[in-house]
Amino acid sequence: MPIEVHKPGLSTTLQDAGRNGYYDVGIPPSGALDQYALTAANHLVGNPPHAAALECVYMGPELSFTEPATIAVTGAELSPRVNGEARPLWESFPVAAGDVLDFEFVKAGARAYVAVAGGIDGPVMLGSRSTYGLGGLGRPLAAGDLLPIGPGSSTTAGRVIPESLRPVLSKEVEVRVVMGLYDHVLAPQGRADFLDTTWTLTPVADRVGFRYKGSELELIKRTPPFGAGQDPSNIVDAPYPIGSIQVPGGIEPIVLHRDAVSGGGYMMIATVISGDLDVVAQSAPNTRTRFVEVSLDEAMAARRDYRQRSQRLADLFT
Amino acid sequence: MPRHEVVSPIPGVFYRRPDPNSPEYVKPGQTVTADDPVGLVEVMKSFHPVPAGVAGAVVDFVAEGDSVVDAGQVLVILEVEG
Repeated sequence: MPIEVHKPGLSTTLQDAGRNGYYDVGIPPSGALDQYALTAANHLVGNPPHAAALECVYMGPELSFTEPATIAVTGAELSPRVNGEARPLWESFPVAAGDVLDFEFVKAGARAYVAVAGGIDGPVMLGSRSTYGLGGLGRPLAAGDLLPIGPGSSTTAGRVIPESLRPVLSKEVEVRVVMGLYDHVLAPQGRADFLDTTWTLTPVADRVGFRYKGSELELIKRTPPFGAGQDPSNIVDAPYPIGSIQVPGGIEPIVLHRDAVSGGGYMMIATVISGDLDVVAQSAPNTRTRFVEVSLDEAMAARRDYRQRSQRLADLFT
Repeated sequence: MPRHEVVSPIPGVFYRRPDPNSPEYVKPGQTVTADDPVGLVEVMKSFHPVPAGVAGAVVDFVAEGDSVVDAGQVLVILEVEG
């Protein structure tokens, strides 16, 4: 059992590419909220790109190693320390048996990923090692937990992701969205205000959803359709895409992320494009956010760019 | 006397009271031990006490109660004992 958890951090979970294919029965994909950072961390330690790693939100854990290992930390600027000595982000480095890994305060971003050569060999549940705490599929780390590591090589220490392939973390971000499917419930002024407002992320932001405040959106006057609730933002229940933005009551938009419920009765006025879900994932409370409308074609082009960027990570070390 | 800045380890909402009906954890002038909480930070629906970290006397609150703070932001200034 090579890794022992001394302190769990705020909410540290095991995450991989996610559990795809069960959303129709209410089980969300889960997986790393910032998939690019997960992939980068895995490449640095020679793992398959979607091996399971630790997702640490806002505050890192304190871990010790009982065997030598190669590790890497990516994502948020949550700088690692080994036995109190600083180690770099976006680079793989060795740890020896007995070494203690902990972290400084987060300086930018929200979620860091800790990959270990060999991957963290948690139980596979419905095809994934990802934690979905709300659904009882795994739970956040607790003090005293022992994390098994899969077989892996320890020869990749010293790998570096170049600056050009590291995301820029900012407290002011733009998040691209495709409008719909229920934006017709917004009055023209409400629609304009959604796109013109600089929204602020509230502390109500977790793996399920990210809640923003900034302005109140005007909705059209209508009689709710049969089967919908009485709130003007209610719709007849519909499936919620990951990244969809619902605005209960026309106030405080919520961006659903990878642990979201699969459906419900709030209008979704827009959906964050897949390529920008990582930007949401790295938003900490107070992040000032503009939602920028793009067409479906532009969203598809952005997805191609995102995949090419991920491929460049893979190409670095082959 | 040396001063110690108590910083928030996480981003969230800073509270000076354990709950709205209780008195504040500490007030300026009060002495604290290293383990005494000086406030709470709420994020992701959970509350995390922030200990003073050192024994000393509370000089001033830098962050306002019920305000959103960043990780690493100074909450309270202490005057360290001895």
